[in-house]
Amino acid sequence: MLTDKYASEIAEILNRYPAERRRSAVMPLLYLAQSAYGHLSKEAIDEVGAITGVAPTDVAGVVGFYSLYHDHAAGKRRVQICTDLPCALRGADAWAAEFLARLNLKKWDETTADGEFTVEHVMCIGACDKAPCFQVQDSTGIHFHESQPDRAMTVDEAVGILEGLKGK
Amino acid sequence: MDQGKHILFRHRDIANIRDLDVYLAHGGFEAFKKAVTTMTPQQVIDEVKNAGLRGRGGAGFPTGLKWSFLTKDSFPRYVVINSDESEPGTFKDREILTHNPFQFLEGAMITAYASQANTIYNYVRGEYWDVVAGLEQCVAQLYERGFLGEKLFGTEFKLDFYHHRGAGAYICGEESALLESIEGKLGQPRLKPPFPADKGLYAKPTVVNNTETVTNVPFIIQNGAAAYRQNGTEKSPGTKLFCLSGHIQKPGNVELPLGVTLRELIYTHGGGIREGKGFKAVMLSGASSVVLKVDDALLDTPLDYESVAAKGAMLGSASVIVLDETVDLSWVILKTTRFFKHESCGKCTPCREGTYWMLSILERINKGGAAKADVELLQNVASQIQNKCLCPLGEFSVTPVLASLKAFRGDFDAHTADGAPKTAPKKAAVAAGD
Ligand SMILES: Cc1cc2nc3c(=O)[nH]c(=O)nc-3n(C[C@H](O)[C@H](O)[C@H](O)COP(=O)(O)O)c2cc1C
Ligand code: SF4
Ligand code: FES
Repeated sequence: MLTDKYASEIAEILNRYPAERRRSAVMPLLYLAQSAYGHLSKEAIDEVGAITGVAPTDVAGVVGFYSLYHDHAAGKRRVQICTDLPCALRGADAWAAEFLARLNLKKWDETTADGEFTVEHVMCIGACDKAPCFQVQDSTGIHFHESQPDRAMTVDEAVGILEGLKGK
Repeated sequence: MDQGKHILFRHRDIANIRDLDVYLAHGGFEAFKKAVTTMTPQQVIDEVKNAGLRGRGGAGFPTGLKWSFLTKDSFPRYVVINSDESEPGTFKDREILTHNPFQFLEGAMITAYASQANTIYNYVRGEYWDVVAGLEQCVAQLYERGFLGEKLFGTEFKLDFYHHRGAGAYICGEESALLESIEGKLGQPRLKPPFPADKGLYAKPTVVNNTETVTNVPFIIQNGAAAYRQNGTEKSPGTKLFCLSGHIQKPGNVELPLGVTLRELIYTHGGGIREGKGFKAVMLSGASSVVLKVDDALLDTPLDYESVAAKGAMLGSASVIVLDETVDLSWVILKTTRFFKHESCGKCTPCREGTYWMLSILERINKGGAAKADVELLQNVASQIQNKCLCPLGEFSVTPVLASLKAFRGDFDAHTADGAPKTAPKKAAVAAGD
């Protein structure tokens, strides 16, 4: 149970909002639950509902609306590559295709054979000047990996970054 | 503007200004102290009004005026900072929050004093996870040093500062959707009125300002409106952060006075077009831009709110996407439409269904199996979405489509069997992103 393991984190989250506005804590609590469980299962959603007094169907609605919440299991980490316009103008589509091939993946949202990485494509992440770029979402949060403005990250380098994350 | 003297990007002049002690050594929190201990909230509002500061989140609304709209005698009030920054091509707030966090925090805190609010929420897009982690450490330091909390500078003023992370929804940048999101709901826009100044967060009077907007405020309070007006134009004073992306030689942010010409921005500060190519078109406000054909008159346009509006476009948050001569506008529009379809919150039909239809037509055009009638159909669907949406996102989705069809119709027709010029049949691969 989240309430047993993360009592102080939950108290800190609830404290950010007025006492009668517990619903505001739904989003940060969903992040907490997702870190704890890997994804937002029905049980996780029920727990967040119980802490905030919000109906589980409404919590599930929030999970469905926001793209960084996931209600199903995937690889240990989600690798989210930006293929939006500014990055695509700097070659992100071809780069992403090569990246997928290097991981032996045929299409988006597949998971590598070792279960480590699910590769997704996302809209602009606010790193357009450092294209190509991707972020890794895992139990520790969301972390950026970007090119330098004057030197694009190679697919080799990106694969190397993923290798370095394994076992961590 | 002297490039060595930034007003917003002071981290580019002063090393380690993200350390509190360095920030304090360079006049940090003197403006906040001056406001709280020597000025009334009204005096702070008047100074910002006189400075002519306009909102940097897109609409350019006068900031001091916005603060003065708060419903009288209604408390508590809230200040909410919009750090959602999700318009494709925008990455300026991230640089402020990462490298010059205390100036941002000080600006937000002065905004709270002027608004007589005791609580600030900074809504930051979820992707900026590590940025928020850094900001939370900064906030903790401010509590320790007595800049946040109770009885600030021995007065009765108290102030709390919290962060609320978004979770991957562009629509939450729209201020009423953002407030819904802080309330723990789906990020869907509210009907207006009531406006946030009257019924905002938790139905209380609320100021919503962009990150960059409030980062201007310490300078204005410290140095006065006249000093602030030394940069920029009469109606668009101050400096602005321009985000350069796409086919530019030097992508990145640059701080320049409002009113700088497009030519100077691109060729002096951006290093020109990549690989010395020709400059075909520009999008000044991200994916929702009116796509503009580049010619000498456009290059000489001063980039301030009025001059860009006079060209039929918007300066927005100055997210400048550069398109060189190799670009096919029908592909650009495929990308923008894909974005808006993904980000439509689904609340109203013209936007939800319309973006779906526009995307399917554009995919057909880009795959090369379309007829000229499909291009006309695209025009038709886009026109039908226009003016029928609950919030600006629906309108945004249409803006680049109609502008490109008008200025670059040939790029679309070239893909069709009956519209392509005989000599140059074109076939573009559909983006890997689908
Ligand atoms: C679809 C949509 C997305 C928006 N995204 C942002 C955003 O990411 N950041 C922002 O500051 N303003 C954004 N805005 C504008 C806000 O609604 C609001 O006008 C702004 O935060 C006000 O702050 P300002 O007066 O300081 O500019 C967006 C508006 C719309 C309609
Ligand atoms: S226009 Fe689109 S984003 Fe705006 S409320 Fe309607 S469906 Fe939602
Ligand atoms: S378009 Fe990729 S980070 Fe902005």
